[in-house]
Amino acid sequence: MAVLLLAEVTDGALALDATAKAVNAAKTLGDVTVLCAGASAAAAGESAAKIDGVSKVLVAEDPALGHRLAEATAALIVSLAGDYSHIVAPATTDAKNVMPRVAALLDVMVLSDVTGVVDADTFERPIYAGNAIQTVKSKDAKKVITFRTSTFDAAGEGGSAAVEAVSAPGDPGLSEWVEDKVAASDRPELTSAKIVVSGGRGVGSEEDFKIIEALADKLGAAVGASRAAVDSGFAPNDWQVGQTGKVVAPELYVAVGISGAIQHLAGMKDSKIIVAINKDEEAPIFQVADFGLVADLFQAVPELTEKL
Amino acid sequence: MKVLVPVKRVIDYNVKVRVKADGAGVDLANVKMSMNPFDEIAVEEAIRLKEAGTASEVVAVSIGVKQAQETLRTALAMGADRAILVVAADDVHQDIEPLAVAKILAKVVEAEEPGLVLAGKQAIDNDMNATGQMLSALLGWSQATFASELKIEGDSAVVTREVDGGLQTIKVKMPAIVTVDLRLNEPRYASLPNIMKAKKKPLDEKTAADYGVDVSPRLEIVKTTEPAARQAGEIVADVDTLVAKLKEKGIV
Ligand SMILES: Cc1cc2nc3c(=O)[nH]c(=O)nc-3n(C[C@H](O)[C@H](O)[C@H](O)COP(=O)(O)OP(=O)(O)OC[C@H]3O[C@@H](n4cnc5c(N)ncnc54)[C@H](O)[C@@H]3O)c2cc1C
Ligand SMILES: Cc1cc2nc3c(=O)[nH]c(=O)nc-3n(C[C@H](O)[C@H](O)[C@H](O)COP(=O)(O)OP(=O)(O)OC[C@H]3O[C@@H](n4cnc5c(N)ncnc54)[C@H](O)[C@@H]3O)c2cc1C
Repeated sequence: MAVLLLAEVTDGALALDATAKAVNAAKTLGDVTVLCAGASAAAAGESAAKIDGVSKVLVAEDPALGHRLAEATAALIVSLAGDYSHIVAPATTDAKNVMPRVAALLDVMVLSDVTGVVDADTFERPIYAGNAIQTVKSKDAKKVITFRTSTFDAAGEGGSAAVEAVSAPGDPGLSEWVEDKVAASDRPELTSAKIVVSGGRGVGSEEDFKIIEALADKLGAAVGASRAAVDSGFAPNDWQVGQTGKVVAPELYVAVGISGAIQHLAGMKDSKIIVAINKDEEAPIFQVADFGLVADLFQAVPELTEKL
Repeated sequence: MKVLVPVKRVIDYNVKVRVKADGAGVDLANVKMSMNPFDEIAVEEAIRLKEAGTASEVVAVSIGVKQAQETLRTALAMGADRAILVVAADDVHQDIEPLAVAKILAKVVEAEEPGLVLAGKQAIDNDMNATGQMLSALLGWSQATFASELKIEGDSAVVTREVDGGLQTIKVKMPAIVTVDLRLNEPRYASLPNIMKAKKKPLDEKTAADYGVDVSPRLEIVKTTEPAARQAGEIVADVDTLVAKLKEKGIV
């Protein structure tokens, strides 16, 4: 059995953490070949070759593959699919865009957000915002899977796989990229950070979100937010944690002014230690918190930042 | 331009789901069911396109059990013009996989010839996030997923997408499939007069067999379990105690 793994490549660079976690999740399924696709992807291919457990790297460079537009990327994967029993990727927004398209072109079902590998046909995945875990067995000849990265450790480095160039089937001409709006940040990335500090509606304004950011910076943490905070314009969309945002499982998750709706819990309840700061002692977030502090966040958070 | 909106009947997002004691799935008998929240947003967007004069007709379609009629009536009450129900299951516990749903939708698209399909980005029951992308693949159309902004410009749609790094804007050729994210709009509530009017709007009923689509699942559910529950910890008295506890754990 052999696995084709679509690496997460952004603007020519490999997202090592997400890719290495998917490699680790996939390696029990067979020899792992990593595919790096993009307008430029050679450098990403070099990095992927060093991940432990990778047996081969394919690099596909073509302007049509830039910005990971789904149509061209899916066509490329389908052109390579013949040799593989499993086609997998980390469950990033890019892969969630591409992989179901690949599956339908191969006339197979997709398995999204897989959190456990039972055997080559059988997998675990959360449903209902993580309120149930389903074990499913696929009857399809090929399995198309995205792995939820927060539940797998990253494979180490030290490999030296061979790198080979492959050609792309060309531009289907269905879509074109216009622009990206990406906020540059020196903070760790939300999905791989060891500590995450998140703010909710209770924070009250974009201005006051600075006290959340100050605590995060003191801890060397990433900043997260509830949907209510993002909807209200306090925080950008890529900070959203939850069922429809990012799923995180850091060593420490600090939830400030967040009530603890199931859709939010879906994105953070596997964190090792959860701290909640909320002025309402009845807030459901306290039911999952290891340490709860019933307090006004405008007092408690600056005090915490100072005393740490 | 005609807009097709697939809507799914799912457990209401406020209901606490219970896994059946025998591990055979989630208990869906006698629980409140509603339209998938993402699909409400898709219906709203389609109606706004019609109000703006960009769309000529909004057709809602649902695939599942007969009770999905109620979901379609909700779409009609919001402002959709007509609805198609494709009955593909008898038991409320039987869900139809995205691949089969996409195959049926592809046939509906062939018959209806919409210029745009607006679907939800994911259904909150199975969280698969797949149907729109699969439909797009089967039709060979362009796709724009996770939309937080949509503009129709001539024969293209300009879509801003919510992605891991922030926002991405792409331009896709129509006909296209767009799947919608939560921040695209705030769906309206149906007014009582509109709910009454909706009862008279046309609702066609078909079956999966009418479209010649085999809906047998590719994935066999081996079991369904509750995740390990998290134990509530302790309430600390003040910030100093919190700092001490975190130091004790060695994480700060
Ligand atoms: C389909 C769907 C998907 C969703 N996906 C997500 C998702 O991915 N992520 C997500 O987060 N939500 C999601 N939601 C929304 C979710 O249901 C909640 O509405 C949301 O999480 C609430 O955010 P919040 O806790 O910040 O706000 P609220 O529930 O309003 O809570 C604010 C909290 O702040 C506290 N507070 C206020 N002032 C202070 C103060 N001065 N000091 C201390 N505490 C204070 C209050 O006591 C309260 O507990 C989704 C909903 C739906 C329907
Ligand atoms: C109780 C239960 C029992 C199950 N039993 C089985 C089983 O026996 N065998 C099995 O193989 N699988 C079973 N499943 C799993 C199920 O078939 C699929 O995994 C599931 O359909 C995934 O799709 P989704 O709703 O998450 O689709 P998504 O791709 O997340 O949905 C995205 C969008 O597609 C559109 N859409 C999706 N479905 C429909 C629809 N029916 N009508 C109209 N539009 C739609 C909507 O616009 C929606 O927002 C079961 C699931 C449950 C909850």
